[in-house]
Amino acid sequence: MGNTNGNPDVRLMKGNEALAEAALRAGMKAYFGYPITPQSEVLEYLTAHAPEHPEVVILQAESEVAAINMIYGASGAGARVMITSSSPGISLMMEGISYMASAQLPALIVNVQRGGPGLGTIQPSQGDYFQAVKGGGHGDYRLIVLAPASVQEMVDHVFEGFRLSEKYRNPAMILADGALGQMMEKVVLPPAGSLAPPDFAWATSGKSATRDRNVVTSLFIQPERMEQINLALQAKYRTIEEAEVRCESIGMDDADVALVAFGLTSRICQKTMELARAKGIKVGLIRPITLFPFPYTVVRSYVDRVEAFLTVEMNAGQMVEDVRLAVEGDRPVHFTGRMGGMIPTPEEILAKVETIVHQPAKA
Amino acid sequence: MENTMIPEGMEVVYKKPQTLTDTPMHYCPGCGHGVIHKILMEVIDEMGIQSETIGIAPVGCSVFAYDYMNVDMQEAAHGRASAVATGVKRVRPHKFVYSYQGDGDLAAIGTGETIHTVNRGENILMLFVNNGIYGMTGGQMAPTSLLGMKTSTSPFGREASTMGYPLKITELVAQLPGAYYVTRQSVHTTANVRKLKKAIEASFRYQKEKKGTCFIEVVSNCPSGWKMTPIEANEWLEKNMFPYYPLGDLKAPK
Repeated sequence: MGNTNGNPDVRLMKGNEALAEAALRAGMKAYFGYPITPQSEVLEYLTAHAPEHPEVVILQAESEVAAINMIYGASGAGARVMITSSSPGISLMMEGISYMASAQLPALIVNVQRGGPGLGTIQPSQGDYFQAVKGGGHGDYRLIVLAPASVQEMVDHVFEGFRLSEKYRNPAMILADGALGQMMEKVVLPPAGSLAPPDFAWATSGKSATRDRNVVTSLFIQPERMEQINLALQAKYRTIEEAEVRCESIGMDDADVALVAFGLTSRICQKTMELARAKGIKVGLIRPITLFPFPYTVVRSYVDRVEAFLTVEMNAGQMVEDVRLAVEGDRPVHFTGRMGGMIPTPEEILAKVETIVHQPAKA
Repeated sequence: MENTMIPEGMEVVYKKPQTLTDTPMHYCPGCGHGVIHKILMEVIDEMGIQSETIGIAPVGCSVFAYDYMNVDMQEAAHGRASAVATGVKRVRPHKFVYSYQGDGDLAAIGTGETIHTVNRGENILMLFVNNGIYGMTGGQMAPTSLLGMKTSTSPFGREASTMGYPLKITELVAQLPGAYYVTRQSVHTTANVRKLKKAIEASFRYQKEKKGTCFIEVVSNCPSGWKMTPIEANEWLEKNMFPYYPLGDLKAPK
């Protein structure tokens, strides 16, 4: 798309469409999807632009179950693959995701979350934090989970998600929400070709005479062997925890109250910070960008510097459990949030802040 | 893997294709899977397409097919072999891709994937082994179990009013425009083995020509699950399975 004559390629785009365009520019080789609100624009955008990208496989599957297994096959055959859906559809993919984690297949999985449980709503939610971060499918596995907070990050995290998933041979997930998918913002699109295409020696590319056959499987029937596989996976997750934590701290230098929020709620919390500081309440924000690995050390580092933590989420309180693990009871950890597709306002969050801190400052 | 122990004056007239590994198969005595594996891999060997072929193994008795088949293989989740095969074929369109599934896998939990893979006319071979029972899990009722058939979950015999009818999924997929070649074969006699071999050869030829989905059902046995000797099982197969699942082409190019 678009010759920009060396200038940055700046657009005004919807989150879902920006993500789709980013995937094409990141060298995605195959996409399998199924329509579900609020992320259907990804499949629509890709099918509309398919003629410009004859080298990319774009297929509307008969179900999310089929789609995730097509992704399994395409990734196992060595292609850079992406799949997108929203909460109920992601639930349907959980078996396949567990298989991919076990078979150590890279893939980028995008969840544009909507309110649940059940069929729920089509409005934004962060109700799938546990599912994304703690497992979701069966067995001991982890996804690398990235939490964008802007349309720009919907783009950037596509590149980062592909890179990390291929580096670690592990599925990565972008945990977005319906608002990020639907809203339009200014975005700078990276040029195509900046991410080198993968070349996986383990892929089922056809057994040449010079190598043994490649097998992609998650079945290791001997328990001794299966435990070794598990130990290897756990060692990989520990490496990821060491090397790949991303977190942003805003206004934390002098903060008395630390808001902790990811994705859309972190944007709302920035407005709360402004409102609070105008009233003389020193509020800062810790924004985990990777949810796995979770920035425990970053959160922990503020324990001696703030009076309290307030976790803000669009759910009943999920990430707050990780904040509590980081704080280890050394400071109060509060929670406020909305559920079922409702979005908290900056004023609601400020009101909660005021119940925590009545005095303007420690002085 | 060449046999160097051939006595002088003798020659090899029959051998295992090098597309099969040396791993001993776990199949029960008399089971059709071993023969079907061998014929499939023999065709791949004779056509010289070992390096060009990617196979998909199912969940079921043939879950370990990738241990025996000396080609690049992927092990699929239960029922999803044809979706996995779709993913492989779409990103490796010049390779030969086949899925290998049993009746529970292809015609129960994977029915949706089966229908839609064929309906898209994916250029793959779907090899479907129908023995009317869940062998791997210990002989439970399958979608293809015959009426009256006693299994561990239909201990008084399959009864239509509560358990439904044996599913003729091959007749079903033959209706779909994406299906190019649909045939039902068996491996209970050497003559039938030869016919299956021809069907597999034709399927790979059609795949090369991008004709659409080739679907081969092999009506097979399960001596352990049916609680019969191998000979009794093959007799039962002829007497009971073939009348309901008649052998022959359901859809063949003119």
